[in-house]
Amino acid sequence: MNSKLKILYNGIVTENPTFVLMLGMCPTLGTTGSAMTGMSMGLATMGVLICSNVVISLIKNLIPAKVRIPAYIVVIATFVSVLQLVMEAYLPALNTLLGIFIPLIVVNCILLGRAEAFASRHGVFDSCLDGIGIGLGFTIALTILGAVREILGTGRIFGAEIFPETYGSLIFVLAPGAFIALGLLIALFTKLRGARC
Amino acid sequence: MLHVIIALIPAVLLALFCFGIGAAIVIITAIAGCVAVEYLITRYMLGQKPSIGNLSAVLTGLLLALNLPSNLPIWIVLIGCVVAIGIGKMTFGGLGCNIFNPALVGRVFLLLSFPVQMTSWPLPFENRLAYADATTGATILGQLKMKLVEPEQIDLMDKALGMAGGSMGEIGAIALLIGFVYLLCMKVITWHIPVAILGTVAIFSLCIDAPVGVELLSGGLLLGAIFMATDYVTSPMSHKGMLLYGVMIGIITLVIRQWGAYPEGVSFAILIMNGVTPLINRYMKPRKFGEGRVAA
Amino acid sequence: MKSTLMNMVLSLGIITIVAAALLAGVYTLTEKPIKEAALNKQIEAISAVTPQFNNDPVAEAIDITPDGETTPLKVFPAKQDGKLVGAAVESYSLAGFSGEIRLIYGFDSEGNITGYEVMSHAETPGLGAKMDEWFRSPEGNRSVIGLNPSSTPNGLAVKKDNGDVDAITAATITSRAFLDALNRASKAYTKLQEQNK
Repeated sequence: MNSKLKILYNGIVTENPTFVLMLGMCPTLGTTGSAMTGMSMGLATMGVLICSNVVISLIKNLIPAKVRIPAYIVVIATFVSVLQLVMEAYLPALNTLLGIFIPLIVVNCILLGRAEAFASRHGVFDSCLDGIGIGLGFTIALTILGAVREILGTGRIFGAEIFPETYGSLIFVLAPGAFIALGLLIALFTKLRGARC
Repeated sequence: MLHVIIALIPAVLLALFCFGIGAAIVIITAIAGCVAVEYLITRYMLGQKPSIGNLSAVLTGLLLALNLPSNLPIWIVLIGCVVAIGIGKMTFGGLGCNIFNPALVGRVFLLLSFPVQMTSWPLPFENRLAYADATTGATILGQLKMKLVEPEQIDLMDKALGMAGGSMGEIGAIALLIGFVYLLCMKVITWHIPVAILGTVAIFSLCIDAPVGVELLSGGLLLGAIFMATDYVTSPMSHKGMLLYGVMIGIITLVIRQWGAYPEGVSFAILIMNGVTPLINRYMKPRKFGEGRVAA
Repeated sequence: MKSTLMNMVLSLGIITIVAAALLAGVYTLTEKPIKEAALNKQIEAISAVTPQFNNDPVAEAIDITPDGETTPLKVFPAKQDGKLVGAAVESYSLAGFSGEIRLIYGFDSEGNITGYEVMSHAETPGLGAKMDEWFRSPEGNRSVIGLNPSSTPNGLAVKKDNGDVDAITAATITSRAFLDALNRASKAYTKLQEQNK
């Protein structure tokens, strides 16, 4: 496989941040009440991840090794603050929906993890691809989890009704259902990936 | 397993007597559902020889049914079976490996999923021939929580004999106590866990000025203390551990009832302590035969 | 790169200065839209619950403390050509199932309820959270629209408390909290009417 494609594939499947690396579990469990919120959260994270990966890869040779972690965090935090201000101004409804989870992207270990593990060792273009791959992997995982929870919990997907809400298992909309659904999805993904446990 | 099922017979008969056809439908569906799920999973997903002969799936189904209102739609009962056996038991590796009591996993899943259906109980002796559409009402604990009745208005005799509304297994104290005596006589369980739970609830409710009789006789406390907290797999091994486990269940139950959001807390309390059981076992291990103190 | 005190201070200093400059820029750009978005949300909620008005209720908002209470409520008077035709009252209840419930209620000139919007709550999804729709549904005695809480001394109550309103199935506590906030709002509105006489 082409090495550039491989970086993308790696982020989406081999090192899927949710189903394989199991990083960033807090937004994964907290924002997947519906497919829509899950996807928005994934896209927001992906945006910050791409920007931070690119910038960190650009400045990686200018940062002394001992202060690299604080430097990465400042870069990530800046992009998160920008994202939050923009969302508050132009997408107020979505901002209310995701609430605290937008500022919490700062402490999402996926971002720092990719900065340290990938962007600080690779070129700008590869780091950008890695951001897209991991970001897509995260977005897809959150959308699937959100969709599963929305269907089982309310009988809808992206707001479109599939079966009447009275037949939905409310637990999947609540926090415990997030854990159960995530556990079952991880099991399924591991099986599909053909990994040995 | 067989002895536990026999011990539950008085409670089942009482449920059939009070709720009629609805009770029969729910009990049969739950047992059949649990056995079927266990068979399908062991046979087709794990490719093993089905282990339903040990009756544990039957017991899980029966206990699950006794924790449900008798007018629960069949499809909800079946979801409960899938969760109890599928998630509560088989994902952990089947009988003996499960951390949590499967019947309670099923029950709590249903309670959180279908709160409306799970908290409208039919009143005993009304519409015994109909399955659905019976007159419904909250349990005594629910009514206390919503301040609809005062503790003094509750007739304890009703609770003891099974004349008040509730899940099928929480209505008749005497029937459950008969089962308890049977289990003790057959040496299936020891007295430690049930007595620790009931004693703690009695003492604690005296301390916080809650109606002792009501707390003891309602809300599946007896069913939980006698039949579900004593499950071998999920309760501690040593007698000291059992006492600690029982006391904690009693305290958590009352804390949830008094200050929590739900009117009833036995299921949650038992599940929480199920999770702590491995820890209790680690620190309160029974002494191995022949090991330990050397005679001076 | 080898870390020395000089290059650590310099690199971190430059990164933070650039980050601060970027944030300041974005902040200035988004400051106005954020304020507008917040204001729009408030005006939308007010006009959704009150009768037609042609004044600026947000500018004319006043704090009114209902009798027997200590916390003032925000009242937005709706006026048509200078004459009071109704008001939106931002009210709250602490009697909910989990935490505070904030709602905005609308009243017409006679004190009848013209509408309500739920601003924020933490009630159980599928149970208490149904108050969003429940109390305007035409089914049974659910709807509070058109009722007048000030016509009875103790205000509106659910059937279980000998009132007229159907409580949300299996969520009596939330229903009580909803009516608690409603009666509080009504008291504040009555006071406003007296002041305007």
